[in-house]
Amino acid sequence: MGDIVAVTGNEACAQAFKQINPDVCAAYPITPATDLMQRFSSFVNDGKVDTELVLVESEHSAMSACIGAAAAGGRVATATSSQGLALMWEMLYIAAGTRLPIIMPLVNRALSAPLNIHGDHSDGMGARDTGWIQLYSENAQEAYDNTIQAFRIAEHLDIRVPAMVCMDGFIVSHSIERVEYIDDADVKKFVGEFQAVNPLLDMDKPKSYGPLILTDMYHEYKRAQHEVMTKVPNIVREVAADFEKMTGRKYDLFETYRLDDAEIAVVVMSSAAGTTKDIIDQYREKGIKVGLLKPRMFRPFPFLEIAEALQHLKAIAVLDRADSFGGYGPLFSEITGAVMSMNSKPAVINKIFGLGGRDYLPDQAEQVLDELVTIAKTGKVETIKEYIGVRE
Amino acid sequence: MTTKPLRLRELAKGDERISHGHRMCSGCGAPIVVKQVLMATDYPIVASNATGCLEVSTCIQEYTAWKIPWIHSAFENAAATISGVEAMYRSLVKQGKLEDRNVKFVAFGGDGGTYDIGFQSLSGAMERGHDMMYICYDNGAYMNTGIQRSSATPFGANTTTCPAGDVIPGKLQQRKDMTKIMAAHGIPYVAQASPSSWMDLMKKVQKAFEIKGPKFLNVISPCNRGWRSRTDDAIALSKLAVETCYWPLYEIENGVTRVTIKPKEKKPLVDFLKPQGRFKHMFSPENAGMLTQAQEYVDAQWNQLLKEAAAGEADKAE
Repeated sequence: MGDIVAVTGNEACAQAFKQINPDVCAAYPITPATDLMQRFSSFVNDGKVDTELVLVESEHSAMSACIGAAAAGGRVATATSSQGLALMWEMLYIAAGTRLPIIMPLVNRALSAPLNIHGDHSDGMGARDTGWIQLYSENAQEAYDNTIQAFRIAEHLDIRVPAMVCMDGFIVSHSIERVEYIDDADVKKFVGEFQAVNPLLDMDKPKSYGPLILTDMYHEYKRAQHEVMTKVPNIVREVAADFEKMTGRKYDLFETYRLDDAEIAVVVMSSAAGTTKDIIDQYREKGIKVGLLKPRMFRPFPFLEIAEALQHLKAIAVLDRADSFGGYGPLFSEITGAVMSMNSKPAVINKIFGLGGRDYLPDQAEQVLDELVTIAKTGKVETIKEYIGVRE
Repeated sequence: MTTKPLRLRELAKGDERISHGHRMCSGCGAPIVVKQVLMATDYPIVASNATGCLEVSTCIQEYTAWKIPWIHSAFENAAATISGVEAMYRSLVKQGKLEDRNVKFVAFGGDGGTYDIGFQSLSGAMERGHDMMYICYDNGAYMNTGIQRSSATPFGANTTTCPAGDVIPGKLQQRKDMTKIMAAHGIPYVAQASPSSWMDLMKKVQKAFEIKGPKFLNVISPCNRGWRSRTDDAIALSKLAVETCYWPLYEIENGVTRVTIKPKEKKPLVDFLKPQGRFKHMFSPENAGMLTQAQEYVDAQWNQLLKEAAAGEADKAE
């Protein structure tokens, strides 16, 4: 059993990095992820890890150096937020397309303009099509646990896909919470030795990375990438099962809360799930059958599994901490996509909340649940997409 | 490992580390430059490549012309990418996970990928002090995308984005002096070379590989498509670039400048411009001033270089 500590999400992830001891980290500072790599830099300079730290001049170069390092044949990690992820965008596709298992905590933050440093999911949602695995974390414990599991998942020889571990900027990255650490030796054993696949540094067997592929085969390469993603859910579950054996903490593709006998439910990711669970408890005491589904793995999105979990419901509210302007919220689009495969068709509404760090307060959850109660009764949806928590 | 003797007969027998059969245009300077660089040494080499002519023509789908480990990831990041490879090498060697075989790390980029879009990534990698050599093959425009102006395009040149029009006669700005900018990073070795002076180029490569830390080599690389010149003129034109002092051959080692090949007789710049269709409009009577301006700029740059080289000589004498 490891130490029980009071730490921030960033500190917990830095601890996970320390325990995993990546061969190379390349990073560039950006709020609110800065603190994570800053703490890790102390581990490097105090000789606590063997990592070569490459302190680059931009996030674009951070991901480029990670790509070079990962192709070279070793374990690689970085971290970023918001504009940093946006600047990396081009390289995210290349990391995934080259099948390099780079691990990146993404401390979710709003995107400019206007400039805002606080938490929302705009950055992560903008990168949803890049071919990275995305795991979202509710709190510091999950951010720590997901980071450790992400290395095992991404480096699995059947997939070799990069992974982002997301946590809400400031709300989780900078709040001090109770976290159970795992013993160094157990983390090391759990993650295992890095196995290089076609390393560039194998000087006796030269490889060329990054070819030009035109109309004749590009389509096939992309289908292969799609097929690899279909293997991810089972691996995520396998790794979660091993993780549970080690820690007793249970993880899956998503978490459900009082959902089995629920008639109405909220689907929401990350820290807002905690607040929502509290309000659900209050409504349950009033005899209202409400539950929650919290996606953990947003990419690949477990459509069928989620559809199965939601199929008995009358009404669902999907809460998005990001918007696709002129479209529905990104999580809503996925959930309605999942609903397509269901025999029953529940009413689904979309609430956009908490942008740029706007607090998600209990009364917002109550407002959503009250609306769901009405929809379940009347079967009528007034407005499909709406912003909540807005100062009018 | 000792420095390989640069005897033509021996070199011709050696293994080529970039194979024939690649799809660069006939008469292109870039593969000649790469061949000379790789031939100059027996050290094991890992190379990165910016997106561009060299990259798209040497590694297409299941075929590669590279007999050394090679990586391309994007356009603006050949330096950052190889810096990651080099960092991993250091890490694995330090941890005893990989045998130290004195591997050398090289990045290749065209002028677009070096002077323009890759400038920040290159500057960062040089400042961080990676043990790597960056080699720019400078053909003076975005040739891969169809001859667009870059900050390396010489004054007056006709390109597809600065065409010689009725009002604006080609590029109105002088080129960026990238070699001096790299020297200003205070890195241990910076040099300019030309494939026409192959011995000079290879000696510079050999010298650079013996120096720990970041190195930068800028090599002129004629492009007959963009320069509107004959396909068999690459070596003749790069020679004229040196002889007119448009492309002086020099090195800056630990801040000390040395001209490595000084033309016996400095030829007029028009000798270099005339065979190239991209400068054709400069020879019409109304543009005579452009020729003067181009010549004056080359003279000024050359005189400045001689001054810097003289200062280097004086330092050595002391």
